[in-house]
Amino acid sequence: MFRPLFNSSLRTLARPTSLRLPTPALALAYRTLTTEARATIQNAVKAAPVVLFMKGTPDAPQCGFSRAVVQVLDLHGVPAEKMQTYNVLADAELRSGIKEFSEWPTVPQIYINGEFVGGCDILLGMHQSGELETLLENNNVIPKVEESAQPSS
Amino acid sequence: MPIDVAALEAAIREAILITTLEIEDQSSGCGESYAVVLVSEAFQGKSTLARHRMVNNLLKSHIAQMHAFSQKTYTPQQYEELKK
Repeated sequence: MFRPLFNSSLRTLARPTSLRLPTPALALAYRTLTTEARATIQNAVKAAPVVLFMKGTPDAPQCGFSRAVVQVLDLHGVPAEKMQTYNVLADAELRSGIKEFSEWPTVPQIYINGEFVGGCDILLGMHQSGELETLLENNNVIPKVEESAQPSS
Repeated sequence: MPIDVAALEAAIREAILITTLEIEDQSSGCGESYAVVLVSEAFQGKSTLARHRMVNNLLKSHIAQMHAFSQKTYTPQQYEELKK
């Protein structure tokens, strides 16, 4: 059975309640990103140390780039309790909303401690340069590993 | 609808001075998935995110038509380092 990964507060994106829009015609003009949707996403990106908007789920990614991101985060040992993922394929409004919110045209998108980090390219680059490990350590997502390169007495 | 690679290249070259530009069609010919490598002095001093946002802005209308887009950005110095 498909367990939705997004928490209930995000569901309001799919079913807006009171939008306070004057006319239905204007409602179409505002369809891109409502204030409520923006606020919901804003809260979502801060709700966990690592927030990932992806296609599919970590167990079943639906795109190569999303899969790569999940694998890299897994490689660094990001614990499940510190990461929240959202499947944009399950929510059309989220799919377009997150692109507008982040001002970023593609998915996957990663936020670390509420800050937009980038997509797959950027994450892979940071992984290769070592920046990602540092970023995750500095944000207390993964424990700092003591380099035991020095010989001990 | 397949992306016009020539238009993509023109859009990039018009806006930033490119030392090297590689555009790879990764969609087995169907023209919907692209990977670009851009080398330009214009990237100097910008974080990776800033560079990517810059390129995204330039190619906004093109990316909107693509199914997938990935990019690597380098300054000429960084690109030289890569080749060593």
